[in-house]
Amino acid sequence: MFYREAGQFKKTYAADMAVFPILQDRIGIAVILIVAAVVIPLTGSTFFISSVMIPFLVFSLAAMGLNIVTGYTGLISLGTGAFMGVGAFACYKLTTIFPNVNIIIWILASGIFSAAIGAAFGLPSLRIKGFYLAVATLAAQFFLEWCFVRVPWLYNYSASGAIQVPQRTLFDVAITGANATPTTRYLVLLGIVVLMTWVASNILHGRIGRTFMAVRDMDIAAELMGIRLLPAKLMAFALSSFYCGVAGAVMMFLWYGGGEAADAFNIRQSFNILFMVIIGGLGSLIGCFLGAALLNIVPIILKFGFPAIGIAIGSETAEHLNHLLVGGLIIFFLIVEPHGLARLWQITKQKLRTWPFPY
Amino acid sequence: MKPLRQIEPGEQLLNVENVSLRFGGVKAITDVSFDIVKGEVRAIIGPNGAGKTSMLNVINGFYHPQEGQITYRGATRSKMRPHVAATQGIARTFQNVALFKGMTTLDNIMVGRTLKMQKSFFWHLFRHGPAMNEEIEHRKFVEEIIDFLEIEHIRKVPVGKLPYGLQKRVELGRALAMEPELLLLDEPMAGMNLEEKEDMCRFILDTKEQYGTTIALIEHDMGVVMDLSDRVVVLEYGIKIADGTPDEVKANQKVIDAYLGVAH
Ligand SMILES: Nc1ncnc2c1ncn2[C@@H]1O[C@H](COP(=O)(O)OP(=O)(O)O)[C@@H](O)[C@H]1O
Ligand SMILES: [Mg+2]
Repeated sequence: MFYREAGQFKKTYAADMAVFPILQDRIGIAVILIVAAVVIPLTGSTFFISSVMIPFLVFSLAAMGLNIVTGYTGLISLGTGAFMGVGAFACYKLTTIFPNVNIIIWILASGIFSAAIGAAFGLPSLRIKGFYLAVATLAAQFFLEWCFVRVPWLYNYSASGAIQVPQRTLFDVAITGANATPTTRYLVLLGIVVLMTWVASNILHGRIGRTFMAVRDMDIAAELMGIRLLPAKLMAFALSSFYCGVAGAVMMFLWYGGGEAADAFNIRQSFNILFMVIIGGLGSLIGCFLGAALLNIVPIILKFGFPAIGIAIGSETAEHLNHLLVGGLIIFFLIVEPHGLARLWQITKQKLRTWPFPY
Repeated sequence: MKPLRQIEPGEQLLNVENVSLRFGGVKAITDVSFDIVKGEVRAIIGPNGAGKTSMLNVINGFYHPQEGQITYRGATRSKMRPHVAATQGIARTFQNVALFKGMTTLDNIMVGRTLKMQKSFFWHLFRHGPAMNEEIEHRKFVEEIIDFLEIEHIRKVPVGKLPYGLQKRVELGRALAMEPELLLLDEPMAGMNLEEKEDMCRFILDTKEQYGTTIALIEHDMGVVMDLSDRVVVLEYGIKIADGTPDEVKANQKVIDAYLGVAH
């Protein structure tokens, strides 16, 4: 009843082309932003911020990266984990070599390195599609994973082979390293994610986004409209890997605080993010958040929620249950709703718009 | 390659000379020559498998003929990719609709404007200022096409959900958005009912009048061909058997035997 567009007439094309043309949607976004930026930092527990919100934001960003190439451009990639790793190592090397430059700049710049590497591994996409392209990106995953372990220069020759995140500050407040509080790290991460989501939405709603989708839906017709396939596909790979790279950098620097890259950026991570995109919705930005939220929350509920209400399940059982559930969800969405949670959300909104009348 | 020339109405826009196209042992087109004059509607007719679609594919660069040459706007071309044909002003619709199924009508037609949109990646990061102004400018152009084709009501509908007749119309709109000099239409009325056919005929004639577009039209409905076209090429088994005005073609004995005599 309150979710209506009646009476909201668009007088200009600019208003009609806005990302959220309906007033209630804009209010909703504002509320979400306020909750995320003010309410959660003030009231959220340390556990909630560092174990729920930070992973959620990191995965949303990575899912956004994969969705650009797979959901919007229709090119399947199984190298997400590796491209994230490139970003993490690039950030690590950059901040070790130039410690005085602000870490936030290096986090964003590290995306450029993974973009270059992603574009290079995207080259075969001109000739091959579908299953074969998936295998080619899998090769990228394994090759890069090998580099992460075998090139000691990347982890500054540390004996453990792990990235050790140094302390870096912004206005004298520690934002990375052991002294950075979860709330500070969360706020920095939130800023990066909001900025990058806004940029992604801008790009995808304009000519470039349409180019991607045209290549996805009918490449011969796209070529006939003057779209050159190779540059379009490479741009999709580069942009996608940029997002994945930044996600990898924030994962190491704002979440893990260090660790062995070979574990964080392996093939399981690639699949994990692919599942988020499938469950959230291919070709939808909101879907990236929904998918990341669901796959992030399910294991937490299983692990901590059940014991909290008195049902004791071992952590191993919780893990197995989680696998079962995620597997079930993927099969459900692939068969019943290939456009994922995002489409279910859209349908709900459509129903709300006409409620209480069925049509 | 010689630079392309501006072509005046009545001048030769496209010249196909002795083109032959083979797929392995299959001869799709054998030694066919014809030309298209600026401003005309040129029909290409013939029974199924005669090589009509292949001919369009040769013209816009999907297929490269083994023999013969093609002169477009005064320049004889060598092998050319389809996206180059697009930059030279050749647009087309497909026999089996080739729309971007997941996108709305509006976005499909907007893709037709891609080549006219110049703003760099940098401006797209913001979707304000130059990128947005450009977007609005082209949106206005696209809205004119939407009005022209009377598809305002399906502007925001994903085209995959539209009935076939409307999809064909959107596809015409997408081609028109390119402001083509030469428009290739591959059976634009196939599978339509009478009313839809009449609408489509009207749109084709209006396109020629309003935008001055030269049109190559493949069509099976002889009534439509006779009404719309200025000149007709008839193909059979990849060979040209007749070429002339609709009346000349209709009177040609070979055509009567090969095509008109056979019920469809
Ligand atoms: N890509 C292709 N590969 C092999 N044979 C083809 C191909 N395209 C067309 N042909 C053959 O060329 C001939 C002409 O086909 P086509 O141009 O589609 O005819 P029309 O459009 O007049 O019905 C047919 O025998 C068809 O089988
Ligand atoms: Mg055909």
